[in-house]
Amino acid sequence: MRAFEYVPAKTVAEATSLLAEKGDQAKPLAGGTDLIVMVRENRRQLDRMVDIKDLPETNVLSYSPDTGLELGAAVPCHEIYADGAISAAYPGLIDAAKIIGGTAIQGRASVGGNLCNASPAADTIPPLIVLGAICVIAGPDGSTREVPAEQFCTAPGQTVLENGELLVSFKIPPPPKNSSSFYLRFIPRNEMDIAVVGAGASVVLDDAKTSIVSARISLAAVAPTPLFAEEVSDSLAGKEISDESINAAAEAAQAIASPISDMRGTAEQRTHLVGVLTRRALNGAIQRVKEA
Amino acid sequence: MPKKVHVQTTINGEAVEYLCEPRQSLLEVLRDVLHLTGAKEGCNNGNCGACSVILDGRLVNSCLVLGAELEGKSLETIEGLAEPEQLHPIQDAFLENAALQCGICTPGFIMAAKALLDQNPNPTEHEIRYWLAGNLCRCTGYDKIVRAVQDAAQTTS
Repeated sequence: MRAFEYVPAKTVAEATSLLAEKGDQAKPLAGGTDLIVMVRENRRQLDRMVDIKDLPETNVLSYSPDTGLELGAAVPCHEIYADGAISAAYPGLIDAAKIIGGTAIQGRASVGGNLCNASPAADTIPPLIVLGAICVIAGPDGSTREVPAEQFCTAPGQTVLENGELLVSFKIPPPPKNSSSFYLRFIPRNEMDIAVVGAGASVVLDDAKTSIVSARISLAAVAPTPLFAEEVSDSLAGKEISDESINAAAEAAQAIASPISDMRGTAEQRTHLVGVLTRRALNGAIQRVKEA
Repeated sequence: MPKKVHVQTTINGEAVEYLCEPRQSLLEVLRDVLHLTGAKEGCNNGNCGACSVILDGRLVNSCLVLGAELEGKSLETIEGLAEPEQLHPIQDAFLENAALQCGICTPGFIMAAKALLDQNPNPTEHEIRYWLAGNLCRCTGYDKIVRAVQDAAQTTS
């Protein structure tokens, strides 16, 4: 492994200027479960790692039913699912946080890091998308900008982050009345694997819980970036909950998936899985509203 | 070459300081700098759990932590478990249940089991199996390990 410099940043401003100085030769370090492996295996060469784990802004974990969730980019998965109120409000995010790696990975790995790694198969990105998460990004000039989660990844391993920019936190709106969320993936094992396909859904139901007011669907590992199935989602608005409406959405999701064949699965298998998992994600979210 | 980092930390309850290169993992620091060779290198990429240690109360893979990150933190390793005259109950349970063969994965499993029992003294078999999913053993087939953790839970709770 090439030698690099390790700098723990004390403030967001220090972090962004340390990053900006080195351009693409610097990377922020949160849990390190992707970054350290990439650098060790020479898939990524760096002059500097900027540790951003000790900043108050990247460690915030604060939920209120009125304002929603503020989630620091460096908060490890285990802290998120240890919080009962957050687990109840955003079950789809918890579904994903609990299945990333094993216990030791979840002790370090962060949702912010999962997003910045920009894998098409990342488990937490579909939940971020269906929950309407907004990414708060700090720039080297002291500015801040906000980007919706579905616009953050631009290609495999590529994001909207410009030189010196740091993903600081997420803002996730409070869950609407009669709403819930769900995420699941297909893997050939019981745990400790990467999604062949993943699907997340959030739904808002009417008071009678018989119709869908609105829905959001997002798919992992079937396109170069995590996919927000926007038109499919919109087509569910106002529909009665029925096998017919759910199956129609699942088929429409299959139509927009553009999976590749690789060691984890063939394009044909993945397209099939998109239908199965979209159906299960929608039904899972609906079931959670009904049980609430 | 970047300068070595001076780290002051706590390992198994004792104040420790060391110098390390920024690129050295905690696993390399433990084994090569501090000569604490209980944590093993298996995959060196976070899949096998042979290097599991407890950092500020959380189970982590020491191959996925930089040695330089330990400043001001508190670390537990397998070396800190036994008393001079007495093994830790989890270690006893592994021996009693013959929960090891070649032994390479054992320190990681024991640290993972300790982290589990520290926060959940009476786990179900299902909880034990999921908690230990990040620790691989290619000898035992896992049943004996799970039984050892169940036994240890009964002894310690």
